[in-house]
Amino acid sequence: MNNREIIARRVAKEFNDGDIVNLGIGMPTLAANYVPENIHIMLEAENGILGVGPAATEETASSDCIDAGSNRVTTVQGACFIDSAASFGLIRGGHVDATVLGALEVDEKGNLANWMIPGKKVTGMGGAMDLVCGAKKVIIAMEHVNKNGSPKIVKACTMPLTAKGEVDLIITNLAVIRVVPDVGLVLEEIFPDYTVDELRGLTGADFTVSPDLKPLDIS
Amino acid sequence: MIHKRVTAKGAAAKIKDGDHVMVGGFLDGGSPQAVLREVMEMGQRGLTITSNDSGKEGLAIYDLISTGQVVEVNTSYVGANPASGQRMISGEIKTNLFPQGSLVEKIRAGGTGLGGVLTPVGLGTVVEEGKEKITVNGKEYLLELPLHANVAIVRAHVADDLGNLVIRGSSRNFNTVMPYAADYVIAEVDEVVPAGRLDPNEVTVPSLLIDAIVLLEGSDHE
Repeated sequence: MNNREIIARRVAKEFNDGDIVNLGIGMPTLAANYVPENIHIMLEAENGILGVGPAATEETASSDCIDAGSNRVTTVQGACFIDSAASFGLIRGGHVDATVLGALEVDEKGNLANWMIPGKKVTGMGGAMDLVCGAKKVIIAMEHVNKNGSPKIVKACTMPLTAKGEVDLIITNLAVIRVVPDVGLVLEEIFPDYTVDELRGLTGADFTVSPDLKPLDIS
Repeated sequence: MIHKRVTAKGAAAKIKDGDHVMVGGFLDGGSPQAVLREVMEMGQRGLTITSNDSGKEGLAIYDLISTGQVVEVNTSYVGANPASGQRMISGEIKTNLFPQGSLVEKIRAGGTGLGGVLTPVGLGTVVEEGKEKITVNGKEYLLELPLHANVAIVRAHVADDLGNLVIRGSSRNFNTVMPYAADYVIAEVDEVVPAGRLDPNEVTVPSLLIDAIVLLEGSDHE
């Protein structure tokens, strides 16, 4: 199982039956493939679909039914279309239960940087700031270290912030770490091949270990 | 009855040098093409564009931003248009990036007589730079000011003669909001039907907001 699958499988366990969920482009979207059969979630696309279904076929594809990555999609039973004002009303108004996004850096205060690398290509924040600010639960899904092997969980973000203190849970290929206000980072699950000390070596911020520490649940 | 049917060229001629133009759409969903292509032919200069994004390859807005006709852009996402990204980094095009939900609310405020919106989105980030912070009931917000344009161009599926619009699916996006926020509003449509033919339940944008209807002849809308 590769790292992306490990992360996606673990993220999928965070959803509750009936949740409205917005999944970021890329790895977060994979989580939809692993949602347990008894859990029914409704996927939100911030460009205006509540109830995104599987990818469209060549015959059914329409530019009037796209997700936020401009992929042609279908809708599920019970779906509806809304405009951008209504969509961000849902997001900002706290009506979206969970959002899952990638990150460049997350820090011990739950600050998130995921939209801009100074001096590199400008992309814009799109809907990420609104989602992180408005969703009830913000889950970060990312590799534990970047491609140079440096920690992505840091003491204080150095890159431009997406939002301040909004991250609730960090899920990586090695660990599940919760951001607890006034406490800091708490390690709740760890990949079985790693020790806590090894994990500390790959993490740029301090964390405490939950008395209830479990192996990373990727069943 | 006011006659609203115009050609794409006739509609584009309403745009003057220095105008602020809002363009509906979300990437290639509901992105108007015909009038912007005419603007590129006519060569108006000094334009400010407000749009959710700067487009992706193949779209008129993507091409327009590379012609040098655009001096300023209000948007939330330029990641699918590397050329615009370059012009933005170099400062050739003044780029004002807003969180997507704040951008749509700025437009809504500009179109509905509101003096701005208070939002927590962007607090503690570069988005708050230069903006007033206001505390309401103990909670801090950023004041985002309204946006209003000279011209808005939106994309719809069907219009009736009066200008009532039906916009399908996820192409509603900014296309339903921008008609409120511009002095002159152009709708590009696949089909025009006589007034009375549309079920009022289906109308997504009311006719009074639309000044010009451009019928896309032989539209191959996917």
